Amino acid sequence: METIESALLAARAQFAITISFHIVLAAFTIGMANFLMVLEALWLWRREQIYLDIYRYWLRIFALNVAIGTASGLILEYQFGLNWSRLSIKAGEIIGPLMFYEVMAAFFLEAGFLGIMLFGMKKVGPRLHFFATCAVAVGSLISAFWILAANSWMQTPAGYGIRPDGRFFAEDWWAIIFNPSSPYRFVHMTLATLLGTAMFVAGAAAWQLLRNPEGPRARLQFSMALWVVAVLAPLQIVAGDLHGLNSLKLQPQKVAAIEASWTRPTEGAGEPLRLFAIPDMGERRNHFELAIPRIGSLYLRHDLHSSIAALDEFAQQDIPPVGIVFWAFRLMVGLGLMMLALGVTSLFLRYKKRLYTLRWMLRCSVVMAPAGFVAMISGWVVTEVGRQPFTVYGLLRTAESASSVSRQQVVASTFSILGCYVVVFGIGLWVLARILRKPAIDGELEPQPTLAQEIGKS
Amino acid sequence: MLGVDWIILLSGAALAFSVLNYVLLDGTDLGVGMLMGVTHCPVQRRAMALSILPIWDANETWLVLGGGGLFALFPMAYAVLLPALYLPFISMFMALIVRALALEFRDQASRSGIKRVIDRCLGVASFITSMSQGTVLGTLVQGVPVQDGRFAGSGWEWLSAFPLFCGGVLVVGYLWLGTCWLYWRTENPLQHNAARLAKLLSGPTLILLATLVVWTSTLAPQYADRLTNLAIIAPVVALTLIASVLFFFSFRTRQDCAPLFCALGVFVVGFALMVATLFPLIVPPDLTLLGTASGQASQQFMLIGFALLMPVTLFYNTYGFKVFSGKIRAQKNDRD
Repeated sequence: METIESALLAARAQFAITISFHIVLAAFTIGMANFLMVLEALWLWRREQIYLDIYRYWLRIFALNVAIGTASGLILEYQFGLNWSRLSIKAGEIIGPLMFYEVMAAFFLEAGFLGIMLFGMKKVGPRLHFFATCAVAVGSLISAFWILAANSWMQTPAGYGIRPDGRFFAEDWWAIIFNPSSPYRFVHMTLATLLGTAMFVAGAAAWQLLRNPEGPRARLQFSMALWVVAVLAPLQIVAGDLHGLNSLKLQPQKVAAIEASWTRPTEGAGEPLRLFAIPDMGERRNHFELAIPRIGSLYLRHDLHSSIAALDEFAQQDIPPVGIVFWAFRLMVGLGLMMLALGVTSLFLRYKKRLYTLRWMLRCSVVMAPAGFVAMISGWVVTEVGRQPFTVYGLLRTAESASSVSRQQVVASTFSILGCYVVVFGIGLWVLARILRKPAIDGELEPQPTLAQEIGKS
Repeated sequence: MLGVDWIILLSGAALAFSVLNYVLLDGTDLGVGMLMGVTHCPVQRRAMALSILPIWDANETWLVLGGGGLFALFPMAYAVLLPALYLPFISMFMALIVRALALEFRDQASRSGIKRVIDRCLGVASFITSMSQGTVLGTLVQGVPVQDGRFAGSGWEWLSAFPLFCGGVLVVGYLWLGTCWLYWRTENPLQHNAARLAKLLSGPTLILLATLVVWTSTLAPQYADRLTNLAIIAPVVALTLIASVLFFFSFRTRQDCAPLFCALGVFVVGFALMVATLFPLIVPPDLTLLGTASGQASQQFMLIGFALLMPVTLFYNTYGFKVFSGKIRAQKNDRD
């Protein structure tokens, strides 16, 4: 029994590791591709060199990111078979096609035009090059759409039937793709990729402004990024709220775990907002709870007196690990509120014309550079751990989804993957920091600037 | 409306098409990667890197399509094959990540010594990838033990003579493709070297492939039947001979891409022979295409997408190739 459980834990850790690394890279790809699309559009429209300089500067970083992003995505296409073969047998007919469409409609679009986007400006001219940039940006968004449809189906299954042998089959593709949580998840995640990238660009620009407050390109980057933060942070909070209400309707025990609400408050007393608690799964209660009464109802039910289903209303074997979900949610929301504060402050400072010179603002932006991506990962922890103990919510348990691979192989490979990723990420971050230390210059070069001459006419 | 069997056949064909495309396209890249690991001259290594830099990403996407296709079209086969080949697959993915890192980051290296090390890593990673792919193929052909629709082996079946031999064959084959690619895409000393190596590798590749066919025929009665069936083996031998003769002849023409296409032709024939030997099995000895297929609704849904999107995909991928298809004249980089 113990070996089965540790193998299961290693398999889950492996999926968590591979997907966390990939999510950050993929989100940065989506955000960056769209940022680059806007920059190139501005350059084509206004014909000012500064946009092209910034475009090329970030294109170099984009090139490095996409390469590792693609390679880290490869393993995920196979993870379902490697570690979750029973899930693949049961739900392959539904999840598989969604992933297949992701590759065909999106991955190819991205990869096919990537070469031209990165290296082809001198080969194909600005207009066709802009088309390639748009193809990569749109491809990355379509890719997110399909993969989130697959994920959402596992969270809120719809449009399926079950065969006598327990396998799911597709009845209605429209209902499968647009299952009840997928529109919410798509909006919330897309905003997260854009917000995370904007926070990162703002942080990098602030770092450069701290060294040279006059740099025109760093200023433009800082300004653009903070516009995005100022607009998207509030939108993201609205989207998150709607997504939360959707979860409350469809996955009530997830929301109960988010709130660490073990028992329902008395009628009319309203849900408290727990600021601190150490949930105890054994005793089914919280230690050291610190809460503000009624505020929970405000965001959960949009009033001051209603309550939500509590954890004791569900069977014990059906509730997720409460502590992780509870704290991951607080981390996500806390960072979200900080990003909102940064966005609002930036508007105020912009109005006062002191945006680029206040050093504490620049320092805050540097410190908060990873905030968007950290919030995104915590959000994924909330939604994925919150779905436990199921892989297909309410229908297939995680313990019944795993492959029959020996424990040693799973554990050893999980550690090897972790080691490999730490090294790869370490090198990547080191190179990234080295590039970002030098701000974009006038007449910035593209990646492999000599490639066009070195590859002759065909 | 098409009958059920037709849909499964078409699904199998779509999957085979994806895998074949992957082998032809990324096989070439992997060959170039391995050659980079053993090339001394920095300018030549730069030329080799430039030749694959704009396209390797798209080539690797075919592997994602193969995985997604197997998962979606034949989920039972996917669920048996991957646990059975757990370690080769994981090593392949790690090697592919190292390869991506090496290829894209090599120009960030500040000294020529570091770049040399990076290119060595690229070579080793390409080797591990090719070896793993051959081993996967070999284990599949050798047969995967299945009980109640689930993998029932130890997970070490790949660690035996036949799969490892297949790994070796694929390594040599990919190297051959890589040299032919370089012959097409480069000039002067590098092209001369490539031509010499391409001719040198063609013999061993063909001999190894022939050995592989003979060895395969001893593994199972079905294989023996198919591989001694004249209707199958005669065209294979004829086409391989034609491709080999054309291969040697093509070096005298002005079409520098001709040797590569002859070599790719040999790979296509080999792949077709493998399909003909295994059919209707997808994971020998027990699992057939029919037995592992997903439902008709799923397969139809995907085939429609495949039929609509594949021509477009092929079109813009070809365009992407064409933009960067000229001869490479690598310049010396300050850091080389």
